[in-house]
Amino acid sequence: MSLFRRPSADPLWRDEFSVFSDDERYVTRRQFAKFLVLASLGMFVGNLWILVRSWFTRQPVYPAAAIARADEIPVGGVKLFLYPTPKDQCILVRTGADEYAAYSQKCTHLSCAVFYSAQHGRLECPCHNGAFSVRDGSVLQGPPPRPLPRVVLERRGNELVALGLKIQPEAQHG
Amino acid sequence: MAEAPQTGQNKGLTAIDGAMALIVILLLVQIWLLTTTLETFLAGYKETALPAAIVSGLILAACVGLYFFIDRIDFEHRTR
Ligand code: FES
Repeated sequence: MSLFRRPSADPLWRDEFSVFSDDERYVTRRQFAKFLVLASLGMFVGNLWILVRSWFTRQPVYPAAAIARADEIPVGGVKLFLYPTPKDQCILVRTGADEYAAYSQKCTHLSCAVFYSAQHGRLECPCHNGAFSVRDGSVLQGPPPRPLPRVVLERRGNELVALGLKIQPEAQHG
Repeated sequence: MAEAPQTGQNKGLTAIDGAMALIVILLLVQIWLLTTTLETFLAGYKETALPAAIVSGLILAACVGLYFFIDRIDFEHRTR
């Protein structure tokens, strides 16, 4: 039994528009199956596109940028800054006398701006009650699927310098 | 009560319905695969892209195979 049918001697229109009403059930099913296979082709093209993108995306190069003076913000205080481009809003939190943490301010769920809640000691997203740890940016609560990208910081004298953006591993809920 | 025997026409339709149900299931798996691959890619992981593309291609091949099956049944059972 072969998978393919014999080549038809009938003209194409007879395949697509049956003259017998009984055959209509076959024609509509075959056409619907064709539509499903085209949808499957679309999914495959989507996967291929992701593959090609993953081959051709290079590691971004981040500039070093001074973002704040170390004594500029009090313990528990916050400073907003733009990094690595003027379109990317980030948030710097002074978590201890000599501890600082900085993250992208864009929530990993639907990109609302997160803010620091001193009361809960965490970064919170007002849109869907998402919350991130201020220690490592991991997801503590809500719908965000990934941790916040972390800004790599270095202290140079009295200055805090941003060196790059680190996309962090998948969130550990709980 | 015994069921009425299936006619050749109806048997063909049952086979086509079964094949179509399989295609739908495969398509759902493929949609899930695409969304999770996109999600992991946006999260910065690139390792999943190649296996996902291969599996998606295999699913497409299975769907095409099932379509040819449907096409053949259609050709054999339709009134000529
Ligand atoms: S956008 Fe932040 S939780 Fe939805």
